[in-house]
Amino acid sequence: MPIARWKLLALQAAVAITAIAIWHIGSAGTLGVTFLPKFFFSAPWDVGARVVKLFGDGTARIAHCTDPLDITRLLSTSDACFGKTIWQHLSVTLIEGLLAFVIGSAAGILFGFWFARRPLVAAVFDPYIKMFNALPRVVLAPIFMLWLGLGIWSKVALGVTLVFFIVFFNVYQGVREVSPVILANARMLGMNDRQLFRHVYWPSALSWMFSSLHTSVGFAIIGAVVGEYLGSAAGLGYLIQQAEGTFDVTGVFAGMVILAAFVLGIDWVVTLVERRLLVWKPPAASSQT
Amino acid sequence: MDGPSDVPLRQASGVAAPSLRAVHLAGVDVAFPEPKGGVFKAVSNATLAVAPNEFVAIVGPTGCGKSTLLNCAAGLLKPAGGTVEILGAPLSGLNGHAGYLFQQDALMPWKTALANVALALEVGGVPTAEAMARAQVWLTRVGLKSFGDRYSHQLSGGQRKRVALAQVLIRDPKILLMDEPFGPLDAQTRQIMGNLLLDLWAADRKTVLFVTHDLEEAIALADRVVIMSAGPAARIIGDHTIDIPRPRDATEVRLQPRFHDIHRAIWAQLRDEVVKAYGGEVG
Repeated sequence: MPIARWKLLALQAAVAITAIAIWHIGSAGTLGVTFLPKFFFSAPWDVGARVVKLFGDGTARIAHCTDPLDITRLLSTSDACFGKTIWQHLSVTLIEGLLAFVIGSAAGILFGFWFARRPLVAAVFDPYIKMFNALPRVVLAPIFMLWLGLGIWSKVALGVTLVFFIVFFNVYQGVREVSPVILANARMLGMNDRQLFRHVYWPSALSWMFSSLHTSVGFAIIGAVVGEYLGSAAGLGYLIQQAEGTFDVTGVFAGMVILAAFVLGIDWVVTLVERRLLVWKPPAASSQT
Repeated sequence: MDGPSDVPLRQASGVAAPSLRAVHLAGVDVAFPEPKGGVFKAVSNATLAVAPNEFVAIVGPTGCGKSTLLNCAAGLLKPAGGTVEILGAPLSGLNGHAGYLFQQDALMPWKTALANVALALEVGGVPTAEAMARAQVWLTRVGLKSFGDRYSHQLSGGQRKRVALAQVLIRDPKILLMDEPFGPLDAQTRQIMGNLLLDLWAADRKTVLFVTHDLEEAIALADRVVIMSAGPAARIIGDHTIDIPRPRDATEVRLQPRFHDIHRAIWAQLRDEVVKAYGGEVG
């Protein structure tokens, strides 16, 4: 049964309000018991105020800049008007995530196709692929920092190792599981190998890849944030890590709120892209909002 | 080629003169390796000749290897023994003269109906704009004029079959191979599709090899009905000329007394094989 849109929104808002209310009551000690001490949990108003302050300070800094911004200054932490602002942290994480997604997807598509079309290659590399995929990627972060430094590329590399496997497995599956009937039909229509690739294998593999778009974009961002957290000079992971280093719980929560909103925003963009690209797919049995 | 002949039903020879063979399967054996080792012989020593412009239906019990035989004519399957000749030349690789209509959905789900039909031409090097224009003509011909922008999942089973039919016919193949094309459709849609096929076929009378398990459909559509025995090692055991005059209406033809006579005669032969096929499965 479809739920009315306003009713759903009202219920969703009610969940958030209840959670914030409990948080507020617990931290302010309204009921006589401070079951959520501020030192450990901060307070909703403090966190909100910090978020506003971060954006306010950052925007104020940029407002003073007269010359237009370019990408190198965007990434430079010592930049006079942009360095260490919230806008820089957001851009750095976004750029790292995007690069990780693009590079990881490209490599995943390439290897997915190659392995699917060459069973011998797939069989030979199978145990190694499984081995690397089973490896918790966090342990690679220090190695990437050693190799690539503390800049954005070590975070991109971490994100790539996460995105690659998702895209790789999906493309591999997509190529392998092309319907034999569609394939036979395409061949009877007279398609040569190149045309089969373009009209059958490629769209099939892409549809599998796009179906995991949310997961792979999410992992690209995770790779970036975890990398920043472990060692960097900018980014949302850096912001949270710095706050933690000084027991600034309000700062940690503010960073988490900004990160959550950032990821939601990206997820929304991905949904739009997905709707555009997978217009030919039948709607799923359970519709999402 | 077959005028109204006298009752009782005459058995056709099954062999046309050499120069008149569009499709000629001679002594074809088909075998598949079994999972536990050994070989499963699906079709044994099947011989079938189809003359140009002839509409031949292959009928047999479920699982008898009718589709297997059709795939041999298409070149999708290489027979273990015997020869396959298309338009007088031995077949090697895929049959480029044939269009194939599959039982299952074979449209590309990521393309619209129009793009699917146009693709059949684009593959042969026709420029996209021209292919699209000609595809639109064919969609109109199969009754889907305003459905060009629909994707596969937005079409009904019957509509998908119409698109598939347009996709096959737009290439103007000399031979049309059909593997239970209307099998998944409901009874009314099947008869409507049968009439559509007859109308389109009447325009240039392509050679048709039509596989079905539905004897009534076979008699309603074909010039000749070939009966296959129950598998394994299925053979061709009967060959009947259908002398009901054309043009036929796939629905109304079933009410004619001549239809019933033919049906009775062929069914007497087919019934034993159907019982055998099910007996074999149960036992």
